[in-house]
Amino acid sequence: MSDSNEQLKQIQEIHNMMTRSSRFISLSGLSGVFAGIFALAGAAAFYIYINQSTSYGSMKDYLQEIPVEIGSDFLKFCFIDAGLVLFFSLSAGIFFTTRNAKRNGQKIWDKTAQKLLLHLAVPLVTGGIFCLILLWHGLFGLVAPATLIFFGLSLLNASKYTLDEIQYLGYCEVLLGLIGSCFIGYGVTLWAIGFGVLLIIYGLIMYVRYESKPKEKKFW
Amino acid sequence: MKNLIEKINKGFENRIRLGIMSALMVNDSVDFLTLKELLDVTDGNLASHVNALEALEYVAVKKEFVGKKTKTSYKTTKLGKTEFNHHLKALEELVKRSK
Repeated sequence: MSDSNEQLKQIQEIHNMMTRSSRFISLSGLSGVFAGIFALAGAAAFYIYINQSTSYGSMKDYLQEIPVEIGSDFLKFCFIDAGLVLFFSLSAGIFFTTRNAKRNGQKIWDKTAQKLLLHLAVPLVTGGIFCLILLWHGLFGLVAPATLIFFGLSLLNASKYTLDEIQYLGYCEVLLGLIGSCFIGYGVTLWAIGFGVLLIIYGLIMYVRYESKPKEKKFW
Repeated sequence: MKNLIEKINKGFENRIRLGIMSALMVNDSVDFLTLKELLDVTDGNLASHVNALEALEYVAVKKEFVGKKTKTSYKTTKLGKTEFNHHLKALEELVKRSK
């Protein structure tokens, strides 16, 4: 029955169009890889800073005792460190995703991109504000796990508007965040795993799966 | 078998119409420009196919002013959704049976 190939193709085209019209499919895996590398660099800088400040002793003890004052050098260092990681990660993300969108013949700022960003941003901004409140209360040790939890939740929230696989990354981040909340002293280590190692692994998988292969023939 | 082929909806036989319906099924509404970019077709071509779907009452049109320009957007009707799902089921069934 030669017609069945034609029908199978039609079904594939329907699926393809449904995905393309409702999801932002150009989110590049490479942006994950680079964000992961920057996060590891940021965590390493934090670790070195802590160990150099002899008065703090080991990182674990320091984080458990939490003598953080607003405006202290330590807190300033944290903000600069985190800010740089965020800045470089976002830059890499925008660069690689724009490049990928061009290849897919997709606009970078279309309806699907707007939906994706909105659904990412709401839990993420909530998390950011929550972390500032944690700092205000002096609960420094909970900041790293809280960023993991909120990042994971925002990925889950956004997964309807991009490639499905991102939800598994979301579950892993939430799990790491919860573990981190139980073992305060390991917050930064788990942070490095969640934002560094996991993002790199996820990015590589997505890159191999969707970007390194030659593009499929365009249906429409 | 013959029954199934009858269920294949002639209104969806054209791939552009199929594309329009697919995009409208998963979005609340889609405007003309977005549809045009998604399907990579000319204005005239898209308009004629959308009109055909509108005539079948599978698609509803909404026109509104954004500033001074009109913005035309489309959504599926209840009938359009039902018919599209029947069409999709029939396609799947045909593929399954021929294997």
